[in-house]
Amino acid sequence: MATLINRISKPMQYFYCLLMVCVAAGTCLFFIGQIDYRIVAFLLLLVVSVAAVLFDILPVLFTAVVSALAWNFFFIPPRFTLRIDNAEDLVLFLMYFVIALVNAVLTYQIRKAQKESLAKEEKANTIKLYNTLLNSLSHELRTPIATIVGATDNLQNFSDKLTDINKYELVNEISKASFRLNQQVENLLNMSRLESGFLQPKTDWCDITALIYDTVKRTEENTGFRNISIQADPNVPLFKLDETMMEQVIYNLLYNAVIYTAPDSQVVISSACHADVLEIIIEDNGPGFPENEIADVFGKFYRLKNSRAGGTGLGLSIVKGFVEAQNGSVHLQNKRTGGAKFTINIPAETSYLNHLKNE
Amino acid sequence: MNNPAVLIIDDEAPIRRLLQITLESNGYNVLQAGTGKEGTVMAATHPPDIILLDIGLPDDSGHNILKQLREWYNQPIIILSVQSSEEDIVKALDAGANDYLVKPFRTGELLARLRSALRKNVNEESPQIIIAGDLQLDLTARIVKKGNEPVKLTATEYTLLALFAKNEGRVLTHHYLLREVWGPGYINQSQYLRVFIAQLRKKIEQDPNRPKPIITESGVGYRFTAE
Repeated sequence: MATLINRISKPMQYFYCLLMVCVAAGTCLFFIGQIDYRIVAFLLLLVVSVAAVLFDILPVLFTAVVSALAWNFFFIPPRFTLRIDNAEDLVLFLMYFVIALVNAVLTYQIRKAQKESLAKEEKANTIKLYNTLLNSLSHELRTPIATIVGATDNLQNFSDKLTDINKYELVNEISKASFRLNQQVENLLNMSRLESGFLQPKTDWCDITALIYDTVKRTEENTGFRNISIQADPNVPLFKLDETMMEQVIYNLLYNAVIYTAPDSQVVISSACHADVLEIIIEDNGPGFPENEIADVFGKFYRLKNSRAGGTGLGLSIVKGFVEAQNGSVHLQNKRTGGAKFTINIPAETSYLNHLKNE
Repeated sequence: MNNPAVLIIDDEAPIRRLLQITLESNGYNVLQAGTGKEGTVMAATHPPDIILLDIGLPDDSGHNILKQLREWYNQPIIILSVQSSEEDIVKALDAGANDYLVKPFRTGELLARLRSALRKNVNEESPQIIIAGDLQLDLTARIVKKGNEPVKLTATEYTLLALFAKNEGRVLTHHYLLREVWGPGYINQSQYLRVFIAQLRKKIEQDPNRPKPIITESGVGYRFTAE
């Protein structure tokens, strides 16, 4: 309802008010032989009430005045004059006028109060979301920093009490934390590129099969996971896409699949081309996603309710952002056999270039 | 060979300090400069064997310094860059930088790049037989073997592979490869490059799961590595 009012311009609102009064008055004029002129007042008041629900205060006051005059002119005897002879009719007319005005003002104020409370609620929600983001962000940045500060402090000040194995482990923790911090910063940079709205994909011909092999290799190097199987259709054509974005999309999905499933899980990536639409599927046989959270996982800083530590909360929203920036779509579902399945579809220009084979 | 001298041009003192410790402990002599201007002066007064140049110096001066240095300095220059700046990297490589490293980088990676760049310089006469894993490339006889089996390559595939092999360890940009193999008119025809790299990989790689020896440098180009 509120949107309807906002869409109708002021002059049009006056026009609709006038139209409603005319229609109501005209209908009553048609039946004037059968109905008392006092009943007409109630019908016109109804029109004022409807206008008060739909339109701004000024058009509604205008309706009140016009309907009062119309009632007086067309219905109160002597008809077709603005004169009122009968004292009783004069009281009725004045009462009509007051009721119409009060009706208009009250309805308007109720609507205004409602609007204000909605805005307040919206603002409270925004603040809550903002706080969640800040908390999540500072957690994601502080955890690795805390690890680095703690471990270096330990190595600097208590070196004599540490065994070689302890030292090795501390250095290892520093290295892992730095890697995580770096990844989080990269995610934040990507997110801000997305948010800035200036993100234009730099498209060029991409060999998706090669990109998949390279990205799988990088994921395996960074996670130590050796169980990603590749089912890339070797006959997919070249696609005109943003290679850096595609790499980030594939990497984020593979990385997620690897770190959120048990070490002996299967992760499978496959690619295909259906009529100039590139399809990439990344699936695992891990626990999958809680059904009631599937709709939220692509949200910024969203983390599953029972998520284990280590994720960044940005990976999937970057996936969605990068895929959509290239006019594609990403879809998540739980497989019937268990595990999560991400499907990416991106329509793009293709090139087969088979005639080059023998050059 | 004496200890090679490395000049580090980077405005971040912690990075210079880290590089100094790493390089000195691995047998390099280290020179440092905190600004581009200081760096060019130092390069002229104490010509180093190799320069590590931060391309992200304030005022975008990294690219200018590279250009100035390349007017007279013929030894290798390796660019230090930050993530998500492929355009910067490509620009620097096309302007004569030999290689690049993305911060943060691993020490092993840094040392490997330095070794590779310096090795190029020692043997100006590049070898005529190149071996990478079980791949053997005889540049004089134009014969390629995988294990003991000869590999049949088309003319373009061979030209591409030979170009890679002659620049072993060095990253080659898309534009460079297109220009060298197909000619200056083809520098925007990247689909040619994609197709031939894919074909070449199919013929010479033992395991497509572990791409080697042709490594993709995403958004930048390719690198052929024998290590």
